[in-house]
Amino acid sequence: MTAMDQITSTATNPAQATPLLSVRELSKRYGSHIGCTDISFDLYPGEVMGIVGESGSGKSTLLNCMAGHIAPDTGQVIFETRADGPRDTVTMSEPERRMLGRTDWAFVHQHARDGLRMGVSAGGNVGERLMAVGARHYGDIRAQATDWLDRVEIDPARIDDRPTTFSGGMQQRLQIARNLVTGPRLVFMDEPTGGLDVSVQARLLDLVRGLVRDMGLSAIIVTHDLAVVRLLADRLMVMKSGRVVEAGLTDQVLDDPQHAYSQLLVSSVLQV
Amino acid sequence: MTDQAYNFAYLDEQTKRMIRRAILKGLAIPGYQVPFASREMPMPYGWGTGGVQVSAAVLTPEDTLKVIDQGADDTTNAVSIRSFFERTAGVATTTATDEATVIQTRHRIPEVPLREGQILVYQVPIPEPLRFLEPRESETRKMHSLEEYGLMHVKLYEDISRHGHIATSYAYPVRVEGRYVMDPSPIPKFDNPKLGEMAAIQLFGAGREQRIYALPPYTQVVSLDFEDHPFEASKADQCCGLCGATDSYLDEVIVDDAGGRMFVCSDTDFCTARQAAGHRGQDAA
Ligand SMILES: Nc1ncnc2c1ncn2[C@@H]1O[C@H](COP(=O)(O)OP(=O)(O)OP(=O)(O)O)[C@@H](O)[C@H]1O
Ligand SMILES: [Mg+2]
Repeated sequence: MTAMDQITSTATNPAQATPLLSVRELSKRYGSHIGCTDISFDLYPGEVMGIVGESGSGKSTLLNCMAGHIAPDTGQVIFETRADGPRDTVTMSEPERRMLGRTDWAFVHQHARDGLRMGVSAGGNVGERLMAVGARHYGDIRAQATDWLDRVEIDPARIDDRPTTFSGGMQQRLQIARNLVTGPRLVFMDEPTGGLDVSVQARLLDLVRGLVRDMGLSAIIVTHDLAVVRLLADRLMVMKSGRVVEAGLTDQVLDDPQHAYSQLLVSSVLQV
Repeated sequence: MTDQAYNFAYLDEQTKRMIRRAILKGLAIPGYQVPFASREMPMPYGWGTGGVQVSAAVLTPEDTLKVIDQGADDTTNAVSIRSFFERTAGVATTTATDEATVIQTRHRIPEVPLREGQILVYQVPIPEPLRFLEPRESETRKMHSLEEYGLMHVKLYEDISRHGHIATSYAYPVRVEGRYVMDPSPIPKFDNPKLGEMAAIQLFGAGREQRIYALPPYTQVVSLDFEDHPFEASKADQCCGLCGATDSYLDEVIVDDAGGRMFVCSDTDFCTARQAAGHRGQDAA
């Protein structure tokens, strides 16, 4: 058992719980350049994992490998599927993986325009995942879209407006609604508050925290911002040069960092 | 008289073979867009170069060709394509739907039901029904291969949210044999029900986009819709001013400088035949 596994199984979770996601020795190179390397950890149901590290440390590479957006060179990403129990999503067929991507998984991009259809109304954006899994009743789709706009604090009267007419914070909340409408179990977020004003960030974080709690979501959140992990993450991984240099309970890592790089990070020298 | 400077139907035999292979593949996989190496034709894109190449590949010297544009045999586009094949293939031509063995069409399906042995060739401007919402070709191809068609309903959803009903009235998307979603070319949705279970072969050619797709005879074709907004094959709620038909697709035409209007059959052959049989509409002279 590695040190990290120990942290995992003795932290927030009873020993008998099955991980929702088990990442094993995941590596991705870009040519001879390391994207991320030898990453292993478990994520348990209802848990939020934060990934922090400086720019270029491999956070997005890791997240995209886990979410199936890029193929890792080696390693496994084992997800506890509803139908068939634990499955390695790296080796499962592409249709299966894409199906996961629009049902049990959600991905919130840093830039809302990467995660939204800017030419489609807010209601259409929220309804897309429902229609993708077979919803064929307009009235029902609209009712659910209305409900979700309300839950992310967007006035349902804006349902037929395009996201281009929304503020940055609203776009990000719409992206979240669009992702959560099908009741996913695992949400990947890449710098969900990046590029937003501080006051807007705070509101978004509150919202995400509420949704995670209410829906019992598991989440993996990549961020530069230690305030974000302090607020949202149960556990934390610190990355540098493609590797995890320290991992543990958020408060422990932030209050008593062991690795020299984590110490630097926490002492805010490296905070961006 | 065939113009001897050209090979039969203008295209060389090798090119026709290549197009026929694409057609056969299309017939084997109904609704699937088969790439083909579209040739330069002596007419601009937008004038039906895809349809013309498909027609050229299927025509034989014994065929009788009919060409229609929005239902009419006498528009510039129809006339020039017809004379193109008269010149390059020397085939017989007709305006009568039931006499034709090959019918090239833009924007309509003839009113008279087609029969076995006939081929209907459509000119297609944009073959990709998903293009409207997903511009990336790599992505739309994947969506077809994985049957990820939720996006088509997003388009219809947007229609209803904006207009209160599905306002798409042309190029209305269909699902073929429960598999591929297909753009039927810009025919009015009034014609959609004729696509399914048709006795004739239907071939679709997109020249600029280099795609051919097909519906073999008696193929199941279903227009997409919502449970609470079912598909409707609508037309103007009028009857033809010339022949009195109540069940044909009508064009609204301006008849004088004072803005006077009348509705007439868009299928001119259908309308002419009805008038010849003694049917009269309210505006008939
Ligand atoms: N497509 C790519 N091709 C080549 N190298 C890449 C590619 N994407 C990322 N890299 C490199 O891999 C390393 C990790 O990049 P990654 O984007 O994962 O970092 P990050 O931690 O998300 O950074 P940031 O905080 O700036 O978003 C970097 O050195 C980066 O330059
Ligand atoms: Mg990144």
